[in-house]
Amino acid sequence: MSPTQQEISAEIAAQAAPTSGTAHPERRYPPYRSSLLRHPRQPLVPADDLKDPDAVELSGPVFGVTDVTELDADLTRQHHGEPLGERITVTGRVLDRDGRPVRGQLVEIWQANASGRYAHQRDQHSAPLDPNFTGVGRCLTDDQGRYRFTTVKPGAYPWRNHTNAWRPAHIHFSLFGTAFAQRLVTQMYFPGDPLFAYDPILRSVTDDAARQRLVAAYDHELSVPEWSLGYRWDVVLDGPAATWTEEGR
Amino acid sequence: MLPTPSQTVGPFYGYALPFPDGAAVAPLGRPGTVVFHGLVLDGEGAPIPDALLEFWQAAPDGGRQGRAGSMRRDHTTGGHAGRDGVTFTGFGRVATDADGSWSLHTLTPPAEAPYLAVCVFARGLLHHLFTRVYLPDARPDEVLRRIPAERRSTLFAREERPGVFGFDIRLQGAPHEETVFLDFA
Ligand SMILES: [Fe+3]
Repeated sequence: MSPTQQEISAEIAAQAAPTSGTAHPERRYPPYRSSLLRHPRQPLVPADDLKDPDAVELSGPVFGVTDVTELDADLTRQHHGEPLGERITVTGRVLDRDGRPVRGQLVEIWQANASGRYAHQRDQHSAPLDPNFTGVGRCLTDDQGRYRFTTVKPGAYPWRNHTNAWRPAHIHFSLFGTAFAQRLVTQMYFPGDPLFAYDPILRSVTDDAARQRLVAAYDHELSVPEWSLGYRWDVVLDGPAATWTEEGR
Repeated sequence: MLPTPSQTVGPFYGYALPFPDGAAVAPLGRPGTVVFHGLVLDGEGAPIPDALLEFWQAAPDGGRQGRAGSMRRDHTTGGHAGRDGVTFTGFGRVATDADGSWSLHTLTPPAEAPYLAVCVFARGLLHHLFTRVYLPDARPDEVLRRIPAERRSTLFAREERPGVFGFDIRLQGAPHEETVFLDFA
C-alpha cells in the first residue's frame, strides 16, 4: 500500500540532520522510495586526491556554437503560438568552488508546462499538454559564466512516491564544468512554494542552507515591463580540489 | 564557494537530454571502431530502463582536449544536424533502453588512459555516480590500485569478440558484484 504523506513527512523529519557533511543528498534516502534499490552499498573509492595528472576526469567535453542555436534558449518561441502560463526569465552564473566563471559550457534545461505536464510519453498526469510548449532549452555560458533562458513558470505535478505526493514547481538543469568530475544535474525551485516541506526529493538535501541554494530569487530588476517576471539563480559546481584542477590543466 | 546540491535527473529527461548519434562517439563504419555495451541493473538485478550514461575518454592519440560538435544543430531549421561524421569529440550520451541496455560506438582509448570515464544518472539516483570502463588488458593505475582486489574486476570490460566489449553497471549488489564507483568531490 502506498504510504501516506504523514508517514513520509515523519520519515523526512527523522532524516533531517545532515549525515554526510556535504551539500549533496545521501544516495540512500528512504522517503524517496526509488532510491532504495538504486544506491551503492559499498563505500565510494576516493578519487578527489589522485596524483595522476592524466586522469581523464580532469578534462571534460567541450561544446561550441555548432551545438546550439540562438533560439534554443527561448522556450516560448519553439512553436507557432505563445505557450500558456506566466512568462519568466531565468538567469544566473555558473561558477566553480573558487568562484571562477565556467565559460562557454553547455547548460540544458527541461520542465513541465504551466499546467504541470511534461511533453513526455510516459507522463500520464491528466493536466493538458500545451501544443505551443515542449519545455526543453539549452545555451552556452558567456565570458562571465552567465546563462539566460526565457520560458514559462512550470506547474506543480503529482507523482506516485506516496499518496498525495506533489512535486513543487521546478526546472531541471544539467551543467558541465571544465572537468568531467564537475558534472552536475539538479533542479531549480521557485521561492515560497508551499510544497517544499512535503517533497522528499527536495528534502533529500538535509542541510537547510544547502537546500536554500536550490531556490531561485525573484529579481524585480530582471522583470520586463508588460512582458515577463525575472528569477536569478547561480550554480556552483562541486568537483576535484581546486589545486588538483589547476595542476591537471 | 559552497556547491549547489545535486538532484535526481528524474523520469522525464528522455525528451531533453539524449540526442541523435549520442552513442556514436566515432562515426559508424569508421575503421577501428569498437563497441561497448551492457546493462544497468538495480539491487534486485532488475534492469533500469530510465538511466542515462555519459562517457568521456582520451582520443586514441592521447588527446583529451575534446572537440565541439557532439550535439551539432542545424542553424537554419534549429533541428538536430547530427555529428559531422569526421570529428572525434570524445563525448557520448546514451539513455538505457526499455530492457536496461546501452551501447556505445567509439575508438579504443590509448594505453596511457585505457578506460572510458562514465557518469551515471537515473530516476531514483539523487546524486550521479562516476565509474570507469577499463579495457581488458589495462595495467593497474592509481585508481585500480586503490580498489580492493576482489572488487577490481567490476571495472574491466570483457571482450566478447574482436571489437565488442561487454560491461554491466550494477548500482547495488554484493561487494564483488556492485560496480565500483569513484568519488571526485
Ligand atoms: Fe520534474
